[in-house]
Amino acid sequence: FCVEDVRWVGWYPLSINACGRAAFSICSPKVCIVGSGPAGFYTAQHLIKARQDVEVDIYERLPVPFGLVRFGVAPDHPEVKNVINTFTLTARNSRCSFYGNVNVGKDVSIEELQQAYHAVVLSYGAEGNRRMGVPGEDLAGVYSAKDFVGWYNGLPSCQELSPDLNCETAVILGQGNVALDVARILLAPTDILKKTDITQPALEALVQSQVRRVLIVGRRGPMQVACTIKEFREMVNLPDTRPEMMADDFEGILSLSICAVSDLPRPRKRLTELMMKTALEIPSEKEQERQSKASRVWAFRFLRSPIEILANPDNSRTVGIRLAVNRLEGSGDGARAVPTGEVEDVTCGLLISSIGYKSLPIDPSVPFDSHKAIVPNNMGRVQHTAGLYCSGWLKTGPTGVIATTMNNSFDTARSVVEDMESGTVDVSAARPGSQSISGLLEERGVKPVTFSNWEKIDSLEMSRGEASGKPREKLLTVEEMLQVARK
Amino acid sequence: MAASAAVRSSMGLTFRLSRVMPDCNTCPLNRLKSCVSGAANVQRRGSFDSFRTINRNLQTSKGLYHSEEGSSNAEDPEDVVNVVYIDRSGKRIPVKAKVGDNVLYLAHKHGIDLEGACEASLACSTCQVYVSADHFDKLPEPEEREDDMLDMAPMLQENSRLGCQITLTRDLDGIELTLPKVTRNFYVDGHVPKPH
Repeated sequence: FCVEDVRWVGWYPLSINACGRAAFSICSPKVCIVGSGPAGFYTAQHLIKARQDVEVDIYERLPVPFGLVRFGVAPDHPEVKNVINTFTLTARNSRCSFYGNVNVGKDVSIEELQQAYHAVVLSYGAEGNRRMGVPGEDLAGVYSAKDFVGWYNGLPSCQELSPDLNCETAVILGQGNVALDVARILLAPTDILKKTDITQPALEALVQSQVRRVLIVGRRGPMQVACTIKEFREMVNLPDTRPEMMADDFEGILSLSICAVSDLPRPRKRLTELMMKTALEIPSEKEQERQSKASRVWAFRFLRSPIEILANPDNSRTVGIRLAVNRLEGSGDGARAVPTGEVEDVTCGLLISSIGYKSLPIDPSVPFDSHKAIVPNNMGRVQHTAGLYCSGWLKTGPTGVIATTMNNSFDTARSVVEDMESGTVDVSAARPGSQSISGLLEERGVKPVTFSNWEKIDSLEMSRGEASGKPREKLLTVEEMLQVARK
Repeated sequence: MAASAAVRSSMGLTFRLSRVMPDCNTCPLNRLKSCVSGAANVQRRGSFDSFRTINRNLQTSKGLYHSEEGSSNAEDPEDVVNVVYIDRSGKRIPVKAKVGDNVLYLAHKHGIDLEGACEASLACSTCQVYVSADHFDKLPEPEEREDDMLDMAPMLQENSRLGCQITLTRDLDGIELTLPKVTRNFYVDGHVPKPH
């Protein structure tokens, strides 16, 4: 049988084409996955494991895989990126193929994919962001966290961002983990950052940065913050920085009976306790000394919503933000921010809005709920469209860590397998899969990047990084990536 | 050499040395200065990559132990720890393990689908297991970092622990580890539920 059908890792064959003799398979169910981030790869992983005959093709718009694991996870969180090893195993499986540099929706349509494959899974995530919807949002100095993160993580479309870091105060709107990542990258000692895979241009900008104070602003109170304790603790322990939390903000919590806090679900309780400790407890002598020497400050500000971004006299860039002062109605997750009528102006030269990512529709033929910005579905099965599925943030909305996305993707894969077994997806009739799609792409002058092509990019990035003591030095443009891939 | 070998085997590291993203602060090899990949190279993550063989499948700790150290007997009964994994469908999978085995990698060795996305570096919660009541208190207290990651785990319970942080001892003989059922009615917004 065809040796090319066997993929080798170390000394062991991972998997052998189910049809043995055939050089290409005509009897296996073929699934197409759009998007190569955690959702795409975990869906593929589960499908390949659940059925020995299924073949999975993953399409990705960029020449490089892994989505937010590469472009979203902070440079100083390298352990979180270990999941790439799991994805690499999946990609190297003989029943999985990666096709980078293919823009689904433009180079090939969803309908064409549906004709070529038994099932199509949309896992392309959330590339847009929620807008604040206030005047001044488009002034210089105002960025979405998504773009700022993309900038320091080497996302090609964000490389021209060149944020101006020549101001003392930066304000971040939003109090989730992305907001804390941005705060931490703005304030971390560059000695630490220079050993990470942060891009060289971003590192240079941060070395020159004048930012010394970062305010992390939320509409509601301390008990509604969306960040998790790991990230908050990292701020507390960030070298050469000190917290400037306001004791008043915690008055409301202190006045609650002790029982109320201890009755909270464990994650909320531990986080609230840590925030209270940071804001209210008098630090040890050692900690006081450390704080007095710190050159940078961070703080959470609660019960504030943006009303207007203030501009300089010639209206070219931001000089501050006008915030509405809120009060809380209700408590817990359901508490609502209600404006009091009071207003507060805060001076800042850098404003980053971290209020959520947002999925975008890919193709008019795919149902899309523009209110929730997701593809309407039932357990991953896209509504009204047989053979079409979704996983990851596109399915549930843009919140959750890699583990959440993993479970979500496994669920969708289960739905696909169930449908194959029940006949809802008819796998008895063969489909051409990548053979026909490759033909279409060639006709259209689109040259996919294979996983081995990506591995050339990967090697080059790692060896470039070695020279400067970084795990990798990322390539920053699609052109460079394609050039290296095709060598 | 013998001392570090004994430490390596007691940590179950002979099996997974190539896959663990080392947490050098807690690893005895680092403290003993016997770690080949640690202190000198800790800043060069690239060299860790070269240590990590991607193949997750096939070398058993017993085999490595023999060929490298050649010191101990095949199955010292004193060393055996009986473990039962209960997988997500409720199936009981009894496993004969050894003192020093790591619960996450033991599961992998036996084909149990316990994910370890961050490779035991306390950066995810995918290896969450529910520990049998009789044995839960016999485990050492979780360090703060484990508790922080557990906070993010879906379907967190009082007896939840991260599998990658559990090292088997004789005390834990008979331990039962249940994999959380991730149900179809999963939380739409990634909300972490109240503990049961």
